Amino acid sequence: MTVVPNTLIGQELERTEDLRFLTGTGTFVDDYEPACTLHAAILRSSVAHGRIVGLNKNAALKIRGVHAVLDASDIGFDIPTIPLRLAPLNGFEKYLQPVIAHGKVRYVGEPVAIVLADSRALAEDALEVLDLTVQPLEAVPDWIAAERDTSVLFEQNRTNVAIRYKTHIGDVDAQFRAADYTRKEKFRSQRHTALPMETRGVVAEWDGVSGRLKVSGATKVNFFNRRALAKMLDLPESAIDLLELDVGGGFGVRGEFYPEDFLIPFAARKVDRPVKWIEDRREHLLAINHSREIDCELEIACRHDGTMLALRGKIYGDMGAYIRTNGGVVPAKAAQFLHGPYRLPAIEVEVAAYMTSKTPVGTYRAPGRVEANFFRERLIEMAARDLGIEPATFRRNNLITESELPYSIGQLVPYETETQYDNGDYVAGFERCLAEFGYEEKKVLAGKRVKGRYHGIAVVPFVESGGAGPRENARMTLDRDGVVTIGIGSSALGQGLETVFAQIAGDALSLPFDRFRILHGSTTLVEEGFGTYHSRAVVMGGSALLLAAKKLQQAIREAAGIEFGCDADAVSLVDGLALTPNRPSLSFGEIATKAGGTIVVEATFSNTKRTYSYGAHAAHVAVDDRTGHVEVLDYVAVEDVGRAINPAIVHGQALGALVQGLGGVFLDHLIYDENAQLLNASLADYLVPTASDFPNLRGVTLELRPSPSNPLGAKGAGEGGIVAVAATIANAIANALSSLGIEPKELPLTPPVLWRLVQETRQR
Amino acid sequence: MVTRTSRFNVNGKPVQIDVEPRTNLADALRHHLKLTGTHVGCEHGVCGACTVIVDGAAIRSCLMLAAQAEGSNIITIEGLPRGQGDTLGPLAASFKKHHALQCGFCTPGILTTAHALLTEEPDADADRIRDVLSGNLCRCTGYISIIDAVLDARSAYQKQKIA
Repeated sequence: MTVVPNTLIGQELERTEDLRFLTGTGTFVDDYEPACTLHAAILRSSVAHGRIVGLNKNAALKIRGVHAVLDASDIGFDIPTIPLRLAPLNGFEKYLQPVIAHGKVRYVGEPVAIVLADSRALAEDALEVLDLTVQPLEAVPDWIAAERDTSVLFEQNRTNVAIRYKTHIGDVDAQFRAADYTRKEKFRSQRHTALPMETRGVVAEWDGVSGRLKVSGATKVNFFNRRALAKMLDLPESAIDLLELDVGGGFGVRGEFYPEDFLIPFAARKVDRPVKWIEDRREHLLAINHSREIDCELEIACRHDGTMLALRGKIYGDMGAYIRTNGGVVPAKAAQFLHGPYRLPAIEVEVAAYMTSKTPVGTYRAPGRVEANFFRERLIEMAARDLGIEPATFRRNNLITESELPYSIGQLVPYETETQYDNGDYVAGFERCLAEFGYEEKKVLAGKRVKGRYHGIAVVPFVESGGAGPRENARMTLDRDGVVTIGIGSSALGQGLETVFAQIAGDALSLPFDRFRILHGSTTLVEEGFGTYHSRAVVMGGSALLLAAKKLQQAIREAAGIEFGCDADAVSLVDGLALTPNRPSLSFGEIATKAGGTIVVEATFSNTKRTYSYGAHAAHVAVDDRTGHVEVLDYVAVEDVGRAINPAIVHGQALGALVQGLGGVFLDHLIYDENAQLLNASLADYLVPTASDFPNLRGVTLELRPSPSNPLGAKGAGEGGIVAVAATIANAIANALSSLGIEPKELPLTPPVLWRLVQETRQR
Repeated sequence: MVTRTSRFNVNGKPVQIDVEPRTNLADALRHHLKLTGTHVGCEHGVCGACTVIVDGAAIRSCLMLAAQAEGSNIITIEGLPRGQGDTLGPLAASFKKHHALQCGFCTPGILTTAHALLTEEPDADADRIRDVLSGNLCRCTGYISIIDAVLDARSAYQKQKIA
């Protein structure tokens, strides 16, 4: 494919959206409040697993200013369930989440009732006096308890095992028989979540006269969510508008269809008043999708020389109490991405998804990839050491070479077709990381104790998919003033899409950056949109913009041709002007005026091929064996994103992802007890990185190989930065503590965890 | 509902509001005065998104009652210094230049914290800035660009101090 000419694309332009954020004039969902709004608070189960005996609403309804308390009985006989959006593994339909608990509660935080009052404070007062009686049942706190099936979350299904399947490529048994070396280990990645700084919120307005519903605060996949909501409320889709305001971070968790996305619109229609619900932080930690809780058994087969022959293993996914919209993405992708960027003749993975009485799971930035990378790369590090091969050399020798690309990784996911790594130079990306990091020079420190701390280094490659299909839509409207308004199905959750899309459109139409108004996400903008997930907004939405721009140019030529009295082909477009020989030029604005005020075009970009970004991370750590504290002294993340539309934005995404990843290694952890009670549902107890934790980070964006599957040449760029972090840090720690023989196998690696590992090793 | 009248100055203007005694300053600013630039991220004093400047000190407006603000001078994101012709002030301009924000939700709290710091300590070094901003959570940027932006804005505050 031809690559578009490059003037705005590739420039580190300042972001257009920043002006409103820097002056406090953005509009986040809680900043929007229609007149006569009622405020909602949600009664959530404090019991992990139990039978609902009764709910006495009397005391709550007596509070002045409390208007209604709604529970399942108010919704009716058929309580809707939240549909699967992705990864629809066979059998999951029996474990979907009802929009409100009825009969049973299955996790702490499950919505049981909703209070509507004049203020949020009054609604919370009412929660205090709502008398909910739940008969507790045995909690199911983890997958091991789930597998026993002594306490079953869905009695009618008679098991907590939602799905079990085996997937493979090649002849794994034969490869293992032929191997000189094998090693098998167990690994674990801990439950945590994305924690966007803005909690969720919904404002619903029902217009009883026209039968229309307006829902503000929507994002990510608005068209899917509208379809789901329309079905649940028995309304035509066209009667519902989902509107996207400013959004305070997504990272996978925000914007999926949650119970509140039904409950608030339902309540607004029921009481015929606008209803607003803003999640508080405790609710957020109990209610938003959790992620990353995977156990893994993994075995590697190699030759003496370190050639990898096969991997086989088991992925145990803790799904929480219900299968939500993301279906089996987390465990299925953890299985698929065990393959990694390596030449691997055979792989076999058994996947099991367990229902436990905890908050349901969904996707968090690079779902499954982070976990898989950690499992595989820890095992490779051990294998390299066992075989006496320098670990970077071991990895480089097994990387898929450019001549082997495209490289099929088969059909490792049951709900997908065969997929191929597209293009790239994995070895070059790896070498660049080693060079930027100064691997050879730093190697002298490996395992050494300097001033009371052990030093360690590691390098880990990764591959990451992006750009999910099937299509995206864009509409361009040229107005009298020469401004082009772009409506697009992609959602903006803070990643700077308004800027990036103006750069793409500016180049495509040879217009300045400030001639565009970018509207995104809302269901009012295009007929159908597919949203923002799987690092797809630029790949799919950006490509749709290119197609729309071509159509707009043609439409302008035709309109100008009528004015000029010539063929459209005889009109050329230069710098916002339409030209033809021997006639005065017309500006785009003048042409729009003459064409009736506006010129509108729409375009669709369709593509089912994924993009695969790739790269490598390297880290240098110092471990204090007396405290278990780890300092990250240097960290380099290298990623080839094909084409960076705005390198400063890509760089920001990479560093942001990196720090989220470091949080996942050292801090983030949703801790449950044996009764499946979440123990740390506040930011005082649930820790994330702060400004003083990780000052020494470097990111390098490469544009070595543009994607062959879209006209921009772009690959997904928002998620790759997190994929290799856990593995890189854990391997650097193992390298530092190699003289003690410590091999971290479980995340997180908090000071107490590492301190205990050191103590246990010394006591042996 | 018993309300109480509170009087204080916000961004140089005297205001008077009738609020319940339990109303915190963040809610008073956002809901009663419609200054929605101050954001609420946790309501328990950890995330720093709601930081405003009260009598020169950066404080968490979710941990202060509106009644406690009686008589004080409050600066919110809306009242931070602007440049000539209503352009961005030096700190905000530096944030834009350094891509020191993504979703923008934590940004008001970070700007108010940094403004209070640089007003007092225009020579603060990177370690000091990191230490002070460690009370403001950001999930998007990884903080590096934020520190760079604050460092770069110091010169404007240094000139001011000399003047």
